[in-house]
Amino acid sequence: MISRLANPTQFMKASGAVLPLLAVAMPLVLLVGLYLALFVAPPDYQQGESVRIMYVHVPAAWLALLVYLLVAVASGVALVWRHPLAEIAAQSAAPLGAAFTLVCLLTGSLWGRPMWGTWWAWDARMTSVLVLFFLYLGYIALANAFDDPGRGGRAASVLALVGIVNLPIIKFSVDWWNTLHQAESVIRMSGPTIDMSMLVPLMVMAFGYLLLFATLLLVRIRTALNERRARALQLSATPTPSPAGASPVLQ
Amino acid sequence: MSNFSQWASMGGYALFVWSAYGVAVVILGGIALQSWRRYRASLRALDKLQGSSRRRS
Repeated sequence: MISRLANPTQFMKASGAVLPLLAVAMPLVLLVGLYLALFVAPPDYQQGESVRIMYVHVPAAWLALLVYLLVAVASGVALVWRHPLAEIAAQSAAPLGAAFTLVCLLTGSLWGRPMWGTWWAWDARMTSVLVLFFLYLGYIALANAFDDPGRGGRAASVLALVGIVNLPIIKFSVDWWNTLHQAESVIRMSGPTIDMSMLVPLMVMAFGYLLLFATLLLVRIRTALNERRARALQLSATPTPSPAGASPVLQ
Repeated sequence: MSNFSQWASMGGYALFVWSAYGVAVVILGGIALQSWRRYRASLRALDKLQGSSRRRS
C-alpha cells in the first residue's frame, strides 16, 4: 500500500480523498481538547491552574520528536532508494516539526517561569530540545542552500540521519541527568502516573495536534507536487531554440 | 461575569497560561495559514498553465 501511495499520481488521488475528512475532524478534536483542557481538567494540587500549560506544551514536544523521526526515516528512504516522494515528504514535514519544537520551547519557558522561577536553564532536557530545533533549521537551510536541489536534498538527508542520535538523548535526558525538568509521567514502562482527569484531555489534545500535523503534511506535499508539475509544464511550454521548421511540442 | 473573570485569572497565572495558549495558536495557526495560502497559489499557477480547462480543488 505504501509503495502504491509512493506514486505521485496515486498520492494525489488518495490524499485528495482523505484531506476533506481531516479538515473537518482536526478542528473538532482541537476544540474538544481545548474545552477539556481549559474547563474540565482540574487544577494541580501543587501547580494550581498553571498546569493547564501542559495541554499545549506536552503534545508539542511529542510531535516535535515524532515529526523528526518521520523526517529522518523519509530521508533514509530518499538516500537509499532515491524515491522523489520520500524527499518531498521529509522537506514538507520539517517546517511543521520546527513549529512544534518552537511551541514546545516557548510554552515550556512560560511554564518554567512561575514553577521553577526561571525562563530557561541549560539543563539536559532543554538543551537537547534546543538542539532539535537547530537540527530542523539546519535541515531546512541545507535543503534550500544549493542551486541544484538534488545536492541540497542529499546533504540535508544526511544531516537528518545523523541528528537522529539526539532523539534518545531528549527522551531519556530526564532519567540520565539530574534535570530541572520533571521525569516522564505518561509514556512509561509501568504505565502512566498522571491522573485520568488530566490524561484524557492531554490525549485528546495530542490527537488534535497529530491530526493538525497530518492535514498540513498532506497539504504541503500536494503543494510541492503541484509546484513540481507547474515547473515541468513551464519548461515544456517555453519555446526552446529548436531547429528551423520544428514546431514546439505542446501538451 | 465574576465567574468568568475568576476563570480567566487562572488562579493568578493568567499571564503565563494565556501567553502559552496564545503562542501555540499564533505559531500553529500561522504555519497552517502559510501552508494553505501556498497550496492555493500552487493550484492557481497550475490552473493558469493548463489553461484552466480542468478545475481542481
